[in-house]
Amino acid sequence: MADKKEIDEVTGVETTGHEWDGIKELNKPLPKWWLYVMYTTIVWSFGYWVAYPAWPMISGYTEGLLGFSQRERVAEQIALAREAQSALNTKIRESSFEDIKADPELLQYAIAGGRAAFGDNCSGCHGRGAQGFTGFPNLNDDEWIWGGTIDAIHHTIQHGIRNGGAEARDSQMPRFGLDGILQETEISDTAEFVLSLSGQKHDAAAAERGAELYANNCASCHGEKGEGNPDLGAPALNNNIWLYGGSKDDIVKSIVTGRGGVMPGWTERLEEETIKKLAVYVHSLGGGQ
Amino acid sequence: MTSMPSLADLAQREAAPGVPVVDAVAVNATQNRSLYASREPIYPKLAHGKFRTIKWAVMAVTLGIYYLLPWLRWNRGEGLPDQAVLLDFAHQRLYFFGLQIWAQEFYFVTGILILSALALFLVTAVAGRVWCGYACPQTVWTDLMIAVEYLWQGDRNARMRLAKSPWTFEKAWKIGGTHVSWLLIAVATGGAFVFYFRDAPTLFMEFVNFEAPTIAYIFLGVFTATTYLLGGLAREQVCTYMCPWPRIQGAMFDRDSLLVSYRAYRGEPRGPHKKGESWDGRGDCIDCRQCVAVCPMGIDIRDGPQLECIQCALCIDACDSIMEKIGRPKKLIAYDTFRNLDAAAHGAREPLRLIRPRTILYLALLAIVGGVMLFALSRKTVLDVNLIADRNPLYVQLSDGGVRNGYTLRILNKRGESRRFALELGGLGGAVLSVVGGDGKNGGAIEVPANELRTLKIYVSVPGDAARSLPEKSDLTLTVRDLSDGTASQRETTFRGPGR
Repeated sequence: MADKKEIDEVTGVETTGHEWDGIKELNKPLPKWWLYVMYTTIVWSFGYWVAYPAWPMISGYTEGLLGFSQRERVAEQIALAREAQSALNTKIRESSFEDIKADPELLQYAIAGGRAAFGDNCSGCHGRGAQGFTGFPNLNDDEWIWGGTIDAIHHTIQHGIRNGGAEARDSQMPRFGLDGILQETEISDTAEFVLSLSGQKHDAAAAERGAELYANNCASCHGEKGEGNPDLGAPALNNNIWLYGGSKDDIVKSIVTGRGGVMPGWTERLEEETIKKLAVYVHSLGGGQ
Repeated sequence: MTSMPSLADLAQREAAPGVPVVDAVAVNATQNRSLYASREPIYPKLAHGKFRTIKWAVMAVTLGIYYLLPWLRWNRGEGLPDQAVLLDFAHQRLYFFGLQIWAQEFYFVTGILILSALALFLVTAVAGRVWCGYACPQTVWTDLMIAVEYLWQGDRNARMRLAKSPWTFEKAWKIGGTHVSWLLIAVATGGAFVFYFRDAPTLFMEFVNFEAPTIAYIFLGVFTATTYLLGGLAREQVCTYMCPWPRIQGAMFDRDSLLVSYRAYRGEPRGPHKKGESWDGRGDCIDCRQCVAVCPMGIDIRDGPQLECIQCALCIDACDSIMEKIGRPKKLIAYDTFRNLDAAAHGAREPLRLIRPRTILYLALLAIVGGVMLFALSRKTVLDVNLIADRNPLYVQLSDGGVRNGYTLRILNKRGESRRFALELGGLGGAVLSVVGGDGKNGGAIEVPANELRTLKIYVSVPGDAARSLPEKSDLTLTVRDLSDGTASQRETTFRGPGR
C-alpha cells in the first residue's frame, strides 16, 4: 500500500491503489469489528471440528468430544414417539372392536396405524391399496372367503390360512383333474354350469349336464346355488368376483388343479395391538360386514 | 482532503455571532484511511424542533404498541386464548383480535407482508427513507438508547468529555448506569417478544418462578442480546454495514422523491459570518456543523445524498434553529427533490410531482392486493371441507356387479363450539353413502369438536343394476350441512367405474 493515497476525481474518495485496465477500486473500508467476527467464526470452526463429527478417516470418521450422532438422535426421537403412542396402544389392546369404532380418536389412530402396518406387511401380496391380484383377494370388495366380520378378519390375520398352524384357517379343494376324479368333458360341463351360476354366457346343454356333477362334487363346499361357505373358505361362485379369474378357461383350470392360497399367521410376528389395528383398517376398507 | 482545518482550529472559531463552530466531522469523510476502519464513536447532540417531536411521538406509539399489545385481552369464548394478539405455534393458529388465522390460511400473513412491502416502496418513492428515519426498530431502539445515554451522561459535549476523562467513581457510575439501563430495556424487549407466543400473564409468572419453557429463555436471551448489542452498541453500524435495505433503496427513489437535502444553491459558498457583514455574494451556510453534531449516523448532509443517511431529518431541526438565530430563512436543509434542486441551481423551480407512473403503479398494486385480501377475508369460512378421492384402488367392483368409490373427507370446524353435520350426496342416481364409524343413514350426525379437524373415510356405492349404465367417470357432489343452522358447504368430485 502506498503511503500517499490517490484521490478519485469524480467521487473525492481515495482508491485502494488497485487498478485493472484503468478501472480503479475506491477504498470503502470494511469495519474492523466485521473482520474480527470473521476471525471468530474461523476459530469457532476449529472448536466445531473438535466437538462434533467432522473429518472422514480411512475407516470411519472423527467422532468429536461431544459424541453427537445423528443416528442416535433419530433413535431417541423414535423412542419418544413410541412412548407417546403407548397410551393409545394400550387402549387399543384393551378395547373391544365396538369400543374402538365408537371412539373417533381411537378409530382414526387404529386406521392410520393399520394403514402403515398394512403397507409394511400385507401390501406385498394384497397390493398397496389392498386391491389384490389374481390369487390374492381384493380386500376392498364385499366378498369374504373366510368371513368379513371384524372378528373373522382378526382371526384370519392372527393365524393365517393353510400354513399348518393349529388355529390357521384350513381346507383343501380337491385336484379334480390332476387326480382323475373327473374326466375332461365332465370338467368342461361343470365349468359351464358354474358360468351359469353367475349369469355369464354359457352352453345351456352343457350346463344342464354339469348341474348334477356340480351337486355331487362341489355343492357341499360352494353351496347348491354357488353361494359359498366362509366356514370352509369356499368362495361364492354366483357373483362377479373371481379370485382366480371368471372365464371358462380360468374355471376349468381351477377345477383341474384345485385351489388353495396360503397366508402366514401374524401373531408370532406382530404385536397384538398392531394386528387389531390391521383388522380395523381392513374392515374399514369398505367391504367389512 | 488536505485543506481540512484541524479540530482545534475549528473549536476556537465562531460561525456567526453567538453560534460556535462545533468540532464535528463526518465519520465517512475521506481521509488517508486504511482498508479496515475502526468505528468512530458518535455522540449525537439532542435536536429540538418539528422532526424531533415527530420522532418522539413515533417512538412512543411504536414502543407502546410493542410492549403493551401482548397484555391486551380479547374474549373469544370457551377453550380459546383470551390474548388479543397471539402467535400460537403449538396449535398452529394466529390470533389478531377478532381474526383467527389457521395454518392453512397462512396466505393472509403472506398478503400482509406483500402489502407492507408495497407500502414501503410507495412511501420510499414519495419521501425517501421514511421507514429508516422514523419507524425501523433499529432506529427506534437506537434513539431510545441514545436518550438513555443523554439522561445519564448529558448532551454531546458532556458525553465526549466523560469518554476522554480518566476512570473515576463518577464516570463508572454514569457509564455503568447507562449500560444497566440499556440491559433492562433489552430484557424488557426480549421479554415482550416472547409474550407474543404464549399467554403473557402465564408466561410472566413462569419467568418470575423460573419455570418457563427452555425455548422461552433462549428467545428472551437472544432478543435481550440483540437489543443491547444492536441498539446500544452497534447502532449506525447496523444500518451502514449490515442492512441490505440502504442498497436497495437507491433503486426505490427517483428525481421526484422528497429526500432530506442540503440546498447547496442557497448554502454555498459557505463560511463563517461576522456581525454586520453583508449576506450578498455568499451562501447562508455558516459552517457551524450543527447538522453534523445532531446526526445519529455521524455524517455531513452537506456532502450530498449518501448511503449512510437514514433521512431522520434531525439535521433539518438543527439547521432551522440556527437559521432562526442568524435571521436567515429556514429550510436550508429540507425535504426536496433532485429535480427541484437541479432547477434551483439555475434559479428555476420545479413543482412537486406526487402523481407519477411509479407512485400510480405502487398504488394500483396496493389496491389490487388489498382488494384480493379483503375479498378473501370476506369469504373466510368457519367450516372447511376437503374431499379426496381414493387413487388406489380407483374403484372397487362389488359381488352384485355394483361399483364403489372410497373418499377421504376432512371437516374442519373453526367455531368455538362443537358442531354436528349431516352428509348428503347429489348428482348420481342410486348412489348410497356410508361412513366408517358412522351410524344410520348417510353416517348419521357427524360430530366435530370445537376448533378441530375430523377425518372420515366415506364410501359411495352404486348398486348392480344402476352400475350397468355407469360411464367411466361421473360427477358427484357431497354437501356437508350444519344441523343447527342449516349452513352448508358443497364439494364436487368424480365417481369412477370400469365403464361399459
